[in-house]
Amino acid sequence: MPSDESRLRIKNQDGVTQIEFIDRNILDEANIQQIGDELAAIIDASSSPRLLISFANVDHLSSAALGTLITVNNKIKAKGGMLRLADIDPQIYEVFVITKLNRIFEIHDTVENAVSSFG
Amino acid sequence: MAKDMSQPFESAAIPIINDRAQIDAVREQLVDILERFGYGKSSAFAIRLAVEEALNNAFTHGHRDLPSDEPVTIQYHVCPDEVRIVVADGGPGFDPDAIPDPTLDENLEIPSGRGLLLMRAYMRSVEFNAVGNVVQMVYRRPPDDASDP
Repeated sequence: MPSDESRLRIKNQDGVTQIEFIDRNILDEANIQQIGDELAAIIDASSSPRLLISFANVDHLSSAALGTLITVNNKIKAKGGMLRLADIDPQIYEVFVITKLNRIFEIHDTVENAVSSFG
Repeated sequence: MAKDMSQPFESAAIPIINDRAQIDAVREQLVDILERFGYGKSSAFAIRLAVEEALNNAFTHGHRDLPSDEPVTIQYHVCPDEVRIVVADGGPGFDPDAIPDPTLDENLEIPSGRGLLLMRAYMRSVEFNAVGNVVQMVYRRPPDDASDP
């Protein structure tokens, strides 16, 4: 059910915006749209965005959610920023491998490893 | 959908509209049946994802120009060793062979076009009717499949 509430939990630390999903299932078209809009607003607000997206809470996602992540990655690249993904469940990581999106996203096992990769 | 009456099965044909509550309900109903038949977590993940993608294709593409209350029909037939799912929409259909391969380097950064790839990756077979508005997917239970303790 789409709502005015944020679909994301966000914190900013040491110049990195760390993002977690509120939803365990990122499937609903309206929610995915909202997530995309929220992430776009974060990217737009920074001259050189450094985003870390944690999938720690996520059990399921659809190809539409992958599409939103690709759009986010393209926006960040266009601004010379950096995107890291972390804490992806093995079953979901397999989806990234099948789609070969593990080749365009920098994926880390843990949030800690992802944070230190920003340098 | 052909039914083998010699083994236990559960089947249904359910019309649903593009409403998240209805989609979630039918998907969870199917997952409950999979659990009753002892399918494991990875099987449930695969079938759930394929159903989500098939319904998304039906509503987003098949029903793009149809009224929002136009239903899509999902049929499932769950046996101990196999799951068959048919999703039929009322749209004009499409040519699945015309979908570009999203795993090619030049397509990796295009945000759409991965639903069919995922359906084919997780299901034993994915077949469309001649028009392209009915898809039948078959999942064959792997030998090492087991419910989580």
